[in-house]
Amino acid sequence: MDKHEVQEFIAKRVAKELEDGSIVNLGIGLPTKVANYIPDDVEVLFQSENGFVGLGPSQTEDTYDPDIVNAGGQPVTIKPGGAFFDSAVSFGIIRGGHVDLTVLGALQVDEKGNIANYMIPGKLVPGMGGAMDLLNGAKKVIVAMQHTAKGNHKILKECNLPLTAQGAVDTIITEMGVIKVTTEGLLLTEINPEFTIEQVQEATEAKLYVDKELKKMKA
Amino acid sequence: MDKVVDLKEAIKDIRDGDTLMIGGFMANGAPEKLIDALIDHGVKDITLISTDTGLVTTGSGKLIARKLIKKLYASHIGTNKETGRQMNEGETEVILVPQGTLAERIRAGGYGLGGFLTETGVGTLVEEGKQKITVDGVEYLLETPLKADYALIHAAKADRNGNLVYRGSTNNFSNVMASAAKVTIVEADEVVENGDLDPNTVHTPGVFVNRVVDGGALNG
Repeated sequence: MDKHEVQEFIAKRVAKELEDGSIVNLGIGLPTKVANYIPDDVEVLFQSENGFVGLGPSQTEDTYDPDIVNAGGQPVTIKPGGAFFDSAVSFGIIRGGHVDLTVLGALQVDEKGNIANYMIPGKLVPGMGGAMDLLNGAKKVIVAMQHTAKGNHKILKECNLPLTAQGAVDTIITEMGVIKVTTEGLLLTEINPEFTIEQVQEATEAKLYVDKELKKMKA
Repeated sequence: MDKVVDLKEAIKDIRDGDTLMIGGFMANGAPEKLIDALIDHGVKDITLISTDTGLVTTGSGKLIARKLIKKLYASHIGTNKETGRQMNEGETEVILVPQGTLAERIRAGGYGLGGFLTETGVGTLVEEGKQKITVDGVEYLLETPLKADYALIHAAKADRNGNLVYRGSTNNFSNVMASAAKVTIVEADEVVENGDLDPNTVHTPGVFVNRVVDGGALNG
């Protein structure tokens, strides 16, 4: 799989985690692609942290409206039944536990569920935006990312970049498998049949425990 | 009461060193005409509170591009390369604040609160220098209020009393910023007479607004 295929594969698998009737916030980049693969029998309400729920597809000539953008500043639409609000309400929704699921990318995740995804000191300091609030407030956090970065481990014993949140991550979904963060450590619950358990472990710095009922990962 | 003034009049008393809040999210809902007028007016050493710094050509980013900002409170600066450059060169002090914490610190400033407690930032660089308070076994950071000399915001409609209605996602930080400044200046796309706005649909009550500029009229 090339990078594009890997991202689509991960996005498709993440989409299966979406529960009917839930409020979901998708991060920028790979997580945004999840919206393209929602199962037909599942209805979710997407939140856009800049101030609305009911986030719809990108604008077309017919739906042009300069007053609606998503959290990446891109022109989008709002679906029937959606609602606009200010940033204080938006983050009240987030911190108050009214978002059921957030899907975010990461630079690093570790076996305690710590996540680093907002800065590389001295190199990249874009700021955390709403990520810290989402990680703390959302009921469930899924990290959707490529398993390694240019061959370097991203799933570590302990993050060494500045944390965005501690102990926040519930599930990690990569092109190699699905990993749950548990109090005992990282549990591999699904594996992409293209890889062996040994290969997944090799691509992971932290120790992986293998679920007794390890399933084949399907996108 | 008539709070409608012309553009130059609206910003004429903003001085060097003042603290400004500027609304908009990636410049969506930014008061572009007020920002341009401020640049023409000529101020420097401003402390800016704005969730991001847009692009170098939009929103509060235009003030960054002209090197008018001494200190910045923002949640995200990645879309404006000049902000990062000024931070790295030590030209502008940048304080990164989580977006929800930024909104709530502004709300606290405007709503007479001494601060608020949040789990956001615990165990990260954000907790440095902050008091930690444990309530019912949960550790929180004490986040303090933010206030400003002026808030510059945009609305779709304003009446002469300064009651505001926003469109789409343009509200974002404007509603809370309106409450937290000594003087709140609104650029409205349309100004209507008192009574023309349905009081049931007002988003920001005019009590928070001091000056209104008819931005639509400026389009000619």
